[in-house]
Amino acid sequence: MRYERSLVVGASSGIGREIACQLAAEGGLVAAVARRKERLDELSTSFPSIQTFVHDVEAADEVPALFQEITSSLGGLDLVVYAAGVMPSVGPDEFSFEKDREIFAVNVLGAMAWLDQAAVRFGHAGHGTIVGIGSVAGDRGRAGQPAYNASKAALATYLEALRNRLATQGVTVTTVKPGPVATEMTAGLPLKNPMLAEKAARKILALSGSGGERYLSWKHRLIFAVIRAIPSPIFRRMKL
Amino acid sequence: MTRRLLPLETIRGLAGFGGAQRADGYVFQPTTVDEAREVLALAREAGRRVVLRGSGRSYGDAAIAREAVVLDLCAMNQVVGWDPSTGILEAEAGATLGDVWRRCLPDGWWPPVVSGTMFPTLGGALAMNIHGKNAYRVGTLGEHVRSIDVLPTDGGEVVRLGPSDSLFHSVVSGAGLAGLIVGVRLQLKKVPSGDVRVRGVSCSGWKDQFDAFDRYREDADYMVSWIDCFARGHARGRGLFHAAWYAEGPSATLLEAHQTLPSKVLGVVPKSETWRFLKLLNRRGCMRLVNAAKHAAGRIFEHGREGRQSLVAFSFLLDYVPGWERAYAPGGFIQVQTFVPAAEARRVFDEQIQMQQRAGLESFLGVMKRHRVDEFALSHGVDGYSLALDFKVTRANRARVEALADGLHKSALAAGGRFYLAKDTVLDGADYRLSIGDGLERLHKARERFDPDGILTSAQAERLGLL
Repeated sequence: MRYERSLVVGASSGIGREIACQLAAEGGLVAAVARRKERLDELSTSFPSIQTFVHDVEAADEVPALFQEITSSLGGLDLVVYAAGVMPSVGPDEFSFEKDREIFAVNVLGAMAWLDQAAVRFGHAGHGTIVGIGSVAGDRGRAGQPAYNASKAALATYLEALRNRLATQGVTVTTVKPGPVATEMTAGLPLKNPMLAEKAARKILALSGSGGERYLSWKHRLIFAVIRAIPSPIFRRMKL
Repeated sequence: MTRRLLPLETIRGLAGFGGAQRADGYVFQPTTVDEAREVLALAREAGRRVVLRGSGRSYGDAAIAREAVVLDLCAMNQVVGWDPSTGILEAEAGATLGDVWRRCLPDGWWPPVVSGTMFPTLGGALAMNIHGKNAYRVGTLGEHVRSIDVLPTDGGEVVRLGPSDSLFHSVVSGAGLAGLIVGVRLQLKKVPSGDVRVRGVSCSGWKDQFDAFDRYREDADYMVSWIDCFARGHARGRGLFHAAWYAEGPSATLLEAHQTLPSKVLGVVPKSETWRFLKLLNRRGCMRLVNAAKHAAGRIFEHGREGRQSLVAFSFLLDYVPGWERAYAPGGFIQVQTFVPAAEARRVFDEQIQMQQRAGLESFLGVMKRHRVDEFALSHGVDGYSLALDFKVTRANRARVEALADGLHKSALAAGGRFYLAKDTVLDGADYRLSIGDGLERLHKARERFDPDGILTSAQAERLGLL
């Protein structure tokens, strides 16, 4: 068992759900936080060692009290995974501030609300692991999803700063950047060979203790090193 | 009702001294009784239990508890009064044994009972009711207390208890589960100088060991023996026994300058870094050689010889190498100390040494002492002997170490043995409760009086089923 006590935010579907299940299958205690109660109930039925907490990450004011309730209920905390994320579909000519706001509230502000708590706790306790689920989408600003790309870039930069702050305090901060994964969030998209959420979760947990920014395969590492290096005027003309 | 939140920045990852048990808790360090009351009130409003902590020198999980409020009394460390004519010292519970001797030795008084380290607080030392190398002669620390001041956890008035009060023997020895000891009046021991005379007796086996303890028991002020846990066959039980007597000497020996521990090991290695060297040595093959070498050196240089040592140098062996426990990092170590009646001690200890050899987990250090019975609720006192063994814990061997510890505990229990909460890390609850007779009921009576809502806890108390 790698992590005795874990907290997964955004655990009702996709990668977050798979991570929660795998941690529980290893024998760990898991607190699963998500919006949808019925989904959480399913989770705790399949895994009695998963405790569930209904919470909408847009309600950031609830976080400090809930965080303390969860750590108390788990009897400690070793790992926090922030896996909540939204990507509403955006038309090629659509500029919807409503959607942009929601994307940032969930993908960035929610992460800060939860991970700030985790950072304070882990920093003072002198141990702990933080994992943020970023995305390869955060590496460049693409025409298709301006706010989503920006939100994942913001998350990666925030996590890098946390990593640098907590480096001397025994805390590991890992940013994982999955490519296309078959989840509810990407269900409407024409993805080319998406990875299954179960496999992505396995890889993420394997990388969780490593610190730094991680892609889920060496191929991705190579491809995105190139993509990151392409100058913007050229990148603009390419369909990447 | 919404519960109060605890300040998140008060959380700390805490361990026992052995480093093999850890838990995160919200740490508060009150400096006065009123501040301690505030912490208790905050814990109540936050719906948290409270674990008491002093210097954190208990080896296992006695001063930690998951997600609890940790009431750390180290900052309540004033010596309130000292009367050199009677040798009675009055101090707050956070004062350490080191604070006590520094204050009192210049006047010719020494703490009647000390552990192998000077860092424990008086409160912690009484909660665990510690013993020293003179246990067979003067008993435990609690037997030298004039009175203790106890703060009930409901924040009520502080109560003064003396040895004639019915609950005194349950609060002292109560492992910090029956109210907060916030103040102590302690009777010190008058000493003729700051030195002891120490005589070494090299022992070739168990017979020599027990003979030495018997021979010096009526006469010596202190007795302790080191056991080579690697020795097999006829050599099992071999080691080096020391007896010590308070010595006459010039009054200059009472001064702190005479009492300091050397700051360098072998005159060259700075002591603060010595643990790194120990860490390198801290493996089975090396320790086998170290033990054999120590035995040979004892036989050649110490047998039958007498030397003088300062009280501090003789008493606080564990403080010679600061941070020596780090040599056991990262997994830490556990100590198993069992207390066995005299008639059974030789058989049980011999069995225990063989058990750890069969498991391939020889203790790097074995220490034997003589004890006597006492009146305390959670007493570890027997008319017999104790053997303390240290086991290094790693991720790979943890299950084996715990299984061995369980075997050692059960072998002592079957012989009418007892256990010491200050050392315990992995004892089975049922075994412990069997060993203490009516001790648990007595503890519960004290808890009803001084912890009526049952908010005091510890990871150890939960594991052993003491609450």
